[in-house]
Amino acid sequence: MFLLLPFDSLIVSLLGISLTVLFTLLLVFIIVPAVFGVSFGIRKLYMKTLLKIFAWATLRMERGAKEKNHQLYKPYTNGIIAKDPTSLEEEIKEIRRSGSSKALDNTLEFELSDIFYFCRKGVETIMDDEVTKRFSAEELESWNLLSRTNYNFQYISLRLTVLWGLGVLIRYCFLLPLRFKEFLSKHVHLMCYRICVRALTAIITYHDRKNRPRNGGICVANHTSPIDVIILASDGYYAMVGQVHGGLMGVIQRAMVKACPHVWFERSEVKDRHLVAKRLTEHVQDKSKLPILIFPEGTCINNTSVMMFKKGSFEIGATVYPVAIKYDPQFGDAFWNSSKYGMVTYLLRMMTSWAIVCSVWYLPPMTREAEEDAVQFANRVKSAIARQGGLVDLLWDGGLKREKVKDTFKEEQQKLYSKMIVGNHEDRSRS
Amino acid sequence: MGSRSSHAARIPDVDSIRRETGFSQASLLRLYHRFRALDWNEKGYLSRVDLQQIGALAVNPLGDRIIDSFFPDGSLHLDFPGFVRVLARFRPVDDEDNRNRDPKEPEPLNSRMNKLRFAFQLYDLDRDGKISRQEMLQVLRLMVGVQVTEEQLESIADRTVQEADEDGDGAVSFLEFAKSLEKMNIEQKMSIRILK
Repeated sequence: MFLLLPFDSLIVSLLGISLTVLFTLLLVFIIVPAVFGVSFGIRKLYMKTLLKIFAWATLRMERGAKEKNHQLYKPYTNGIIAKDPTSLEEEIKEIRRSGSSKALDNTLEFELSDIFYFCRKGVETIMDDEVTKRFSAEELESWNLLSRTNYNFQYISLRLTVLWGLGVLIRYCFLLPLRFKEFLSKHVHLMCYRICVRALTAIITYHDRKNRPRNGGICVANHTSPIDVIILASDGYYAMVGQVHGGLMGVIQRAMVKACPHVWFERSEVKDRHLVAKRLTEHVQDKSKLPILIFPEGTCINNTSVMMFKKGSFEIGATVYPVAIKYDPQFGDAFWNSSKYGMVTYLLRMMTSWAIVCSVWYLPPMTREAEEDAVQFANRVKSAIARQGGLVDLLWDGGLKREKVKDTFKEEQQKLYSKMIVGNHEDRSRS
Repeated sequence: MGSRSSHAARIPDVDSIRRETGFSQASLLRLYHRFRALDWNEKGYLSRVDLQQIGALAVNPLGDRIIDSFFPDGSLHLDFPGFVRVLARFRPVDDEDNRNRDPKEPEPLNSRMNKLRFAFQLYDLDRDGKISRQEMLQVLRLMVGVQVTEEQLESIADRTVQEADEDGDGAVSFLEFAKSLEKMNIEQKMSIRILK
């Protein structure tokens, strides 16, 4: 039994009351500002309060764990194993030096021990690799009061349970019905997107709005969830490109087509790259048409890195306006793992999160230069987006989630190693 | 991402695995999470394809051979104990293991000999206990790809087998292999440390 200090219970009830007041205010003020596009500072305050609560909750959990002498599971964002950042050449030279009684390491071509390097590296990747991490939702170091991100559920003390219960109550009873109602009303595009943004309690910070995409261009952004669309569209007019989806998405798509010209494709048409390119080019060349919004990664990544961009959209030759989107995962994980759960489940999770906090950076427009081919151009745009958003610029294809990796990368390793063996042979024949 | 319990009690047979592999509770927990992360569709076991999906492993020239070592005797499913048993070979050797060891008990999985055995079996495809010249060539070919000519590779293979082969049977047995590497700091080169 732990001691309930008098001021602790006071804090809990105080927090409860202040939260309720906050949400009532939100309730009242949500519709009016949405229509006029005016914002209040309330949401910033909301965010700050939430942050403080999360930090406090984590501390409580750590204390609770120490009382029971157990280990807390702390997810490491940098991997679970200790890695040496040495190159292939250095490591193999070191291995040879340490194992061999022969002094000179320049005349050796191949050693039985060379295998150790590849062996260990291989097993290291089985224990921990960069890419698989990217495809499971980002792990948080502190708990954000959503049981779905919590690993140490059983260490919660009574106080935390009360707070958590309060949180659930508020989220499911206040925020969810409110958002559901909002979600269904749509008449004007921009206004309705804005309402959605408010509905998800999305706190979006737009940077460099002077670089916003103009007509006849292509807007390119990194992709984490379908909400990316809502976030961008609430700040400008875009034409969408995408696959025709069934279900809820299909209904929304059909509704949108009626309002302004978008470019939708059947799944089979998507395979035909020339058809896609042709239609996109037609759209882009018409200067009166809205800028096309494209997510070249091809799949949802968990927003810690930017995967290789598919080159299709960069072949067209129009001006590209890159946009970087970065979510703050503490408030609600926006990542949609499409192989794990479907759209409706995802939407439900979004609606019952605390908030979606993200930053959008509009980067200056880029065009393909004369000596660049589409792939190089795509990589250039990708690096710019990654740099701006503070995301890791990965060389891997987003298709890794579903396909195996290409052989060209394996060749790189083989080339490096061959140089070590055969390169030495050449030295030998010279001397 | 569903709510995953962190409690070690959720891992089946955790105590026997701990005794067998020597991993600490915390390390086992991390490996368990890793196992479940690799198991995309939550089958409860891993198949070859799951390991082949790891991009960084697919570019490792010995990737397929390493995956094979997880599926001994042609088995198709890898459960968590099997997964950890192989990884246990890469556990760093600490002095405690040697001090408290009961000589009657079997050798710990991460002993020097067992580490050597793991590397040996990457060479010895047909598991006959010997690395023939042909097998040596095959591994070399894997590691260099198309960058080196056949003649060069053959001369390298010949030289390597000759140097290690002591009884003159034209192949390298496990003992000869171990002898040629006796000065090597295997304990360090074949160890992967899991962060606490």
